[in-house]
Amino acid sequence: MSTANNGNNVDTGRRRFLVASTSVVAAVGVGFVAVPFLSSWMPSERAKNAGAPVEVDISKLEEGRLLVVEWQSKPVWILKRSKEMLENLLKNDDHLRDPHSENTDQQPAYAQNEDRSRKPEILVLVGICTHLGCSPTYRPEIGPEDLGEDWLGGFFCPCHSSRYDLAGRVFEGVPAPSNLVVPPHYYVNDNVILIGNDGEAA
Amino acid sequence: MKKTLLTLCGAAFIASVSLMTPMLALANEHAHLDKAPIDISDKASLRRGAKIFAENCYSCHSAKFMRFNRIAKDLDMTESEVRDMMIFTYNKKGAPTKIGSLMNVSMTDDFAKNAFGTPVPDLSVKARARGADWIYTYLRSFYVDPNRPTGMNNTVFPDVGMPNILWHQQGLQEPVYEKVNHDGVEVEELTHLKTVVPGTLNRVEFDMFAADLTNFMVYLAEPAQLQRRALGWYVLGFLAIFFVFAYLLKKEYWKDVH
Amino acid sequence: MSLMNWIDDRFPATKMWNEHLAQYYAPKNFNFWYFFGSLALMVLVIQIVSGIFLTMHYKPDGSLAFASVEYIMRDVPYGWLIRYIHSTGATAFFIVVYMHMFRGLLYGSFKQPRELIWLFGMFIYVALMAEAFMGYLLPWGQMSYWGAQVIISLFGAIPVIGDDLTLWIRGDFVIGDATLNRFFALHVIALPLVLVFLVIAHILALHEVGSNNPDGVEIKKNKDANGIPLDGIPFHPYYSVKDIVGVVVFLFFFSVILFFFPDGGGYMLEHANFVASNPLKTPEHIAPVWYFTPFYAILRAVPDKLMGVGAMGASIVVLFFLPWIDRCKVKSIRYRSVIYKLNLAVFAISFVVLGWLAMQPVTETITTLSRLFALLYFAFFVILFITSKNETTKPVPDRVTS
Repeated sequence: MSTANNGNNVDTGRRRFLVASTSVVAAVGVGFVAVPFLSSWMPSERAKNAGAPVEVDISKLEEGRLLVVEWQSKPVWILKRSKEMLENLLKNDDHLRDPHSENTDQQPAYAQNEDRSRKPEILVLVGICTHLGCSPTYRPEIGPEDLGEDWLGGFFCPCHSSRYDLAGRVFEGVPAPSNLVVPPHYYVNDNVILIGNDGEAA
Repeated sequence: MKKTLLTLCGAAFIASVSLMTPMLALANEHAHLDKAPIDISDKASLRRGAKIFAENCYSCHSAKFMRFNRIAKDLDMTESEVRDMMIFTYNKKGAPTKIGSLMNVSMTDDFAKNAFGTPVPDLSVKARARGADWIYTYLRSFYVDPNRPTGMNNTVFPDVGMPNILWHQQGLQEPVYEKVNHDGVEVEELTHLKTVVPGTLNRVEFDMFAADLTNFMVYLAEPAQLQRRALGWYVLGFLAIFFVFAYLLKKEYWKDVH
Repeated sequence: MSLMNWIDDRFPATKMWNEHLAQYYAPKNFNFWYFFGSLALMVLVIQIVSGIFLTMHYKPDGSLAFASVEYIMRDVPYGWLIRYIHSTGATAFFIVVYMHMFRGLLYGSFKQPRELIWLFGMFIYVALMAEAFMGYLLPWGQMSYWGAQVIISLFGAIPVIGDDLTLWIRGDFVIGDATLNRFFALHVIALPLVLVFLVIAHILALHEVGSNNPDGVEIKKNKDANGIPLDGIPFHPYYSVKDIVGVVVFLFFFSVILFFFPDGGGYMLEHANFVASNPLKTPEHIAPVWYFTPFYAILRAVPDKLMGVGAMGASIVVLFFLPWIDRCKVKSIRYRSVIYKLNLAVFAISFVVLGWLAMQPVTETITTLSRLFALLYFAFFVILFITSKNETTKPVPDRVTS
């Protein structure tokens, strides 16, 4: 063999240093190269645009009528609540799993109140049941036959019979574990809500 | 070593000679292409070009692979500036077109075929297909031609279906024919264009106008080029550093080999 | 019981490490031309990794493909970089492979006992050309479409079965969605698998007989008391460390192209391919991508369609037979005659000139030149066969020089 040193004149210290330092530089290089490939998995501009905030004009919203818009491929409900509906909310408290919205995952801070909204008259909810993801139906009528005489209006999920009141709060004794989600939103002006953004950072 | 160098030199020579040819392929036989003064780093020029594009090209020509908000981000404009400059559409529900939408237009292919004889091409990557010089020369080469349905023709794109949108700024040009000698045969040829009706811009101003628009179109064809070159320098720098370590490591181990 | 022992009891890890790296004795006089094997392997890995990430966003559908490439270029974070890595990598692959093959011609690396390495290599080359051809269809631009149209229609020249064959390849009466989808499947998984297996076979065949070297000396003829070739050095660490330098220099040039000239002046990403494919309009100037051009020139040089296809095929097939065409026992150009050196020089120049000629529009002069250089290309093999039998050679040393 043509390597006739047999360890005699080999500066092993220098070799170890060079192997170590070259390996470090190579590892840094591999790290740099990994960045674009891993980043390519982040949502693309197309995905971000599809998930972008949605403006909703509520100037023509009638009391009691549920408006459904799409945001990030999810149904978002906007409901103009009557005085009677708001008064009825207080009567439900004893039958609710989380009447004071203590689970902070389900709403932004400005919706952690009795009516779960910025403005009491307008309710904004993501219309997806917190059980397994079906979209509940809107049942504003009082005491219908299938829901019982104690029903004061709310949302009923047809898949596994979960029930929510007109603030999206979940009842006890149903499969759904938590209140319906209030999405980030704010009032651009009195007639326009922007869904998807809190507006505070702007 | 010498043989390697010679072979590489020969290959490089042949390669550089043949790099000339694609440029020729892009022009038609009779049109010489002027060199477009492109400077992608000149954001002011790109902003002017974006405005020219928005005001003159965009309602017929789409840029369907480009999003409005990218123009804002890359050219240091606010989203509302871009919206005011070029977003005038609404979706079916009456909501204004989102700033992150693709730059489509509402003109259908059928309408275009009726109006111009051909669908209006999308301009997203036109600068990569035709080249900057072609676009720059084309924009400035329209001339009056009563035989064409639009009343105008173009030396770079003969019998083009596009009307001369920029006549208002450029003015009107007429072709000048002169007798030219080709291998002993005298032929009458279109040698140059002469302004007969001035526009709102003089020749120098219009050249800059066309340059800004071409500059923008070069950016439009590949917005990533702004980051591409910057990143390239960092990569080359890193590799230069890595080379030093790798070379020293190699030299150290090869001390063993005689 | 160490971890390595546990593994080695169940899997030949250390055995493979020794056989192919730490105790694979390669000649100590490898020069510049010997970088390109490991570089080719690296480019294969680069293409596979960048290709996999492209398939995460690309849509192999005639109505979506072109737009999906622009989606990658604009909307996917760093998509433009992954795309350019892949397109630059394709060009780099051929540059590296051509240099690697030329090394074989310089030093007789295809001669006995290395004929099978050369054959595997030639199959790799043909598979690589097919892989690149199918890959180029995928952006579905004008050049993708019409380039495929021209090449697939060549199969139509084959008598009797030609038309049925082209219909079968296309999956339709014209190039369309069916063709695109199947080329996508072949490009993404079928041919890469074939390439990987062929590369493994190529390297195993090499390690079985041992590497050649610039002097063409068989180092196994002179071994020390331990059976180790006197002129051999273990691949690891000496050539692993040297190849790292080669990799860094290669990546430097690769990055210059990728970050500053990704279009390759219109030779890598052709201008016409930035126009979406249009079956009703042929671009003015159809030329294949640069790495196919020498063979395209040979095709165009022959006036008859079937003969042109035959000549083009022959120009590749003849390379398979090189180990038997070159009958000289001396391997390296260093010890061969002036005739061989001249012959090889003319061959190399012809190859490059043919490539340049293919990119020019067809004129009488270009056609005449193409015929001349095509003849010179084939003449290399004829002259080689005739002169190699009793070639005047210099005495080959017993031990390697430099």
